[in-house]
Amino acid sequence: MDIHLRTPLGDSDIRALSVGDSVYLSGVVYTARDAAHKRIYELLKAKGGEDGEGSEGGEGAPFPFAGQVVYYAGPCPAGPGRVIGSIGPTTSGRMDRYAPTLMAHGLRCMIGKGRRSDAVLSSIVRFGGVYFIAVGGAAALMSRCVTGAEVVAFPELGTEAVRALTVVDFPLVVGIDAQGRDIYKRGIDQQGIDQRDIYQRDIDKKV
Amino acid sequence: MIRHIMADNITEHVASLCVEANIIQGEDIRRRMADSLAAERETLARNTLKILLKNADISKEEQIPICQDTGMVVVFVELGQDVHIAGGSLAQAIHDGVALGYRRGFLRASVVADPIERKNTGDNTPAVIHYDIVPGGNLTITVAPKGFGSENKSGVKMLTPADGIDGIEGFVLDTVKAAGPDPCPPLVVGVGVGGTMEKAALMAKFALTRPLDRSHPDPFWAAEEARLLDAINGLDIGPAGFGGRTTALGLNIETYPTHIAGLPVAVNIGCHVTRHGTVVL
Repeated sequence: MDIHLRTPLGDSDIRALSVGDSVYLSGVVYTARDAAHKRIYELLKAKGGEDGEGSEGGEGAPFPFAGQVVYYAGPCPAGPGRVIGSIGPTTSGRMDRYAPTLMAHGLRCMIGKGRRSDAVLSSIVRFGGVYFIAVGGAAALMSRCVTGAEVVAFPELGTEAVRALTVVDFPLVVGIDAQGRDIYKRGIDQQGIDQRDIYQRDIDKKV
Repeated sequence: MIRHIMADNITEHVASLCVEANIIQGEDIRRRMADSLAAERETLARNTLKILLKNADISKEEQIPICQDTGMVVVFVELGQDVHIAGGSLAQAIHDGVALGYRRGFLRASVVADPIERKNTGDNTPAVIHYDIVPGGNLTITVAPKGFGSENKSGVKMLTPADGIDGIEGFVLDTVKAAGPDPCPPLVVGVGVGGTMEKAALMAKFALTRPLDRSHPDPFWAAEEARLLDAINGLDIGPAGFGGRTTALGLNIETYPTHIAGLPVAVNIGCHVTRHGTVVL
């Protein structure tokens, strides 16, 4: 099913999504990859700790990401007359170490490619988030969906700086939905683990 | 007779190869991708392949990189022993070509100076250069910018002679399985068998520069390439990892004599962009 959504996404928007849905996303998304994540994580930890107790609004973050969408990407430089260069997703797994803390501080939506850890899946369920997958390598096509780009944090990081991108109909697929259903958890990735157990255990621990 | 080749000529060619390799998808890869589309039945797999084919059209049309990860530049140099490089060092000429190409082509600077300190060098230098001295008066340069989404999923294993061909197949399949959806399938897989640890790794990298329609010259290894490719495409990883028959577009094996005690195997994972370009000067 094709779904058109606009950022910031509301709780009901997110919960209506099912794994495998095709989503065309419009509005603002924030780029952040390895180096920016490390810095955001340090800033958040200094403010509200790893688990974000009392800081669900993302205080301390260098840009207002609570309730927003983070896109794991580092673009090519913009050529003459262009808003941005090619900009496809990078491998999400490298951000797994930081993502649960960002979610505890208010982040709800992530865009990337590839698998997420059990801890990230648990956070998605716990906070009612969503992990979108963009097609790895479709960077020229995705640059056409970007109508605005502005560096909003860490300009010294170059391609790894945080940019607010204005996007129109960004083509995405729901990779992990708010119920914790994971598009990759089938066939060879199943490894005999019932994924429901993973997040149910975590929820049980919280109760 | 000694041939003289000017360093600035080398710089200019390396710059052009960097830009072209990043913007124009290889014909062999494109053909395989189009063929794969016909074999896929599932909507997500088909849509992903369609997106990737369209993406390559857009990159060519707008002269922008196919993928934003324009890689760390690997360069294979075959230097004829009758060639003299004039007007500067060969290595510097190549590094300068990378810097020029990445600036001129608006390609991403993705190299950090120190692996732990991690400050971007700003111009995508240095390149990783492998030299081979050969007879004759030609200088052959192959430029292969390598993205790290796929590079990160590569591996080397020192098998023993008793592991044999089954051991090789097992390691290749395990590596592709472990990579799963992360390295942007459909993949191109480079395999190096034999030599020493670093020779196997180097062959696996070089295998990614061989056109997909050219098999290993030895019929045994050519058949092994086909068998392994078939096995990989039975893993149901599929385009973008969404499932399907197209996990890899091609698989190339390079081989070399090895020690009586060893059977080194390296697997270098490449993505559907797997870039390379060659010039003979």
